[in-house]
Amino acid sequence: MSGRFGNYGGQFVAETLVGPLEELWDTYLAARQDPTFEAELDNLLATFVGRPTPLTRLRRLGADHGVTIWLKREDLTHTGAHKINNAIGQALLAHRLGKRRIIAETGAGQHGVAVAAACAYLGLDATIYMGRVDAARQEPNLQRMKLLGAEVRLVDLGTATLKDAVNEAIRDWITHPDDTHYLLGSVVGPHPFPSIVRDFQSVIGREAREQFLAVAGQLPDAVIACVGGGSNSIGVFSGFLDNDVRLVGVQAAGDGSGRLGHHAAPLLYGEPGVLQGMRTYLLQDDDGQVLLTHSIAPGLDYPGAGPEHSHLKDSGRVEYLTASDDEALAAFQLLARAEGIVPALESSHAVAAALRLAPTFPRGSQLLVNLSGRGDKDLTSAIAAIGQRREHSGGTA
Amino acid sequence: MERLEKTFARLAERGETALVAYLTGGYPSLAETGPLIEAVSSAGADIIELGVAFSDPLGDGPVIQATTQAALDGGATAAAVLDIVAGARENGVQTPIMLMGYCNPFLRYGLEQLYADAKAAGADGFIVPDLPAHEADEWLAAARTHDMAQVFFSAPGSSEERLRNTAARSRGFLYSLAANGVTGVREELDPGIDAYLERVGDAAGTLPVCVGFGISRPEHVRALRGRAAGVIVGSALLRAIGDADTPAGRILAASRLVGELKEACR
Repeated sequence: MSGRFGNYGGQFVAETLVGPLEELWDTYLAARQDPTFEAELDNLLATFVGRPTPLTRLRRLGADHGVTIWLKREDLTHTGAHKINNAIGQALLAHRLGKRRIIAETGAGQHGVAVAAACAYLGLDATIYMGRVDAARQEPNLQRMKLLGAEVRLVDLGTATLKDAVNEAIRDWITHPDDTHYLLGSVVGPHPFPSIVRDFQSVIGREAREQFLAVAGQLPDAVIACVGGGSNSIGVFSGFLDNDVRLVGVQAAGDGSGRLGHHAAPLLYGEPGVLQGMRTYLLQDDDGQVLLTHSIAPGLDYPGAGPEHSHLKDSGRVEYLTASDDEALAAFQLLARAEGIVPALESSHAVAAALRLAPTFPRGSQLLVNLSGRGDKDLTSAIAAIGQRREHSGGTA
Repeated sequence: MERLEKTFARLAERGETALVAYLTGGYPSLAETGPLIEAVSSAGADIIELGVAFSDPLGDGPVIQATTQAALDGGATAAAVLDIVAGARENGVQTPIMLMGYCNPFLRYGLEQLYADAKAAGADGFIVPDLPAHEADEWLAAARTHDMAQVFFSAPGSSEERLRNTAARSRGFLYSLAANGVTGVREELDPGIDAYLERVGDAAGTLPVCVGFGISRPEHVRALRGRAAGVIVGSALLRAIGDADTPAGRILAASRLVGELKEACR
């Protein structure tokens, strides 16, 4: 096992966690060779998660430019986001590991809800760490986690967002490595998490590829997805990496100023460093301290990205660009009004980028956007932000 | 390395356990760290572990996290901590000083430059809690070039194979975690610690083993005497420092606790 994606990845963790990480990898490799594990996973994906999720052809967006935009509808999974694909897979793994206590971190709450649901269904105890700031802006998901029987621990440290929730989950795991599985929610952290989470999310790319070929008779010209930690994007990209398909990852430009602390785009503005067990692009200052981030989408509000994304950036296979809070809010409204779909604010960044790129494609082009989650969780904060912007612009926005 | 080796050899001759005192570089301020190093050194600390602050100290519990944040707020950087070490040496401190910090600030500094500058400042080696031995090739190369110690960790769950490999790669001493978890004061030592330290000792051979995490009281130290070459005390010392109201009070509190703990080492 190398656990490396080019120069990125690795296992920069306390010695206490090396044994559990090795055990996790060994158990995972054995599980993937075991037809009963695969059958159980497939069954749960079909009967609990609701897979396959459909492809939806947009009727209006993109039409002005003669471009067709398709959405891969991960928002239609049970619990409303792609996170459930990985949560159910790792919960099954935890069973094989003989660990009944699950801990997890969550930013937007989507991973937390997915973990809480998977644990409730499979009879595991769930403890979820969430930054207090994120909990305030994602109140519905906080309530859902509690309803599903999870214990939610609010984190006040640092910026009280996703990074700090990850730190606390890791501290919990260091304290209870023997009986606890850390159900990490993105393609980040020490090896083997980036590989395991990618594999569980690659179902998105496999389905999207087959479905696209079936309905369009060709592969898409481009695949576009948002990138915080980067699990939905790795999942969908993995179906197209070996083909001549343009792959675009969209990070959060925050207020759009490009100033440090006002965005969450390490793949554009960061430099390689080590955080939370992995070497990856990182927003950091000259002394190597990790910088504050900002995005209106809590799931993107993270100073690093998965190590495979860092490698895909350096190799040039994926291009990374940004969308701002304002662009995401505009896309959020537009998709709702024009197409009848309320996207998560995270996914709205991908929609915004697709709308910006559409005019640059030849007429007849087909763009696939991974709609990683639905926007119910964001209604309060998004509507408040839209209201504020209306006030600032004199009611014309 | 030499200063460290001589310290362990001298203590072994006397049958004493080494007391490793942890201070956060820049806590409660950059200005007070130097005097605290001198004070704990005079009070009997055999080795000083000096923390280089990082924004995300994953291996640390609430006490050290809070001192780290205070240090960062007060302008602590790797360079500033090296200046503190150089100042302590200028003031005649002979105690070995190990720099404790997380990977990223050190990598950002540049490993080759860091080890050269640390050597020049008078530091004796590095302890990096998020750097397991199998990720440390570059670090070990720099440590060998500059004759610095490079300390790795053993944990209660480490396999025999990992214990042996980790000990084989460690230079200076092996940091043996007394318990799973993060740094912090604990009421009692783990009941399984004797058997664990026996395993660690077998794997370490002649390499000194120092035990840390949760050690806060003289009775903990007495319980470990003869079972390890050294004991490491951090959170308890920082808490004593934090509880005092004035610079003089902090010096007094640190000296008193270190004196009591050292007494238990003899």
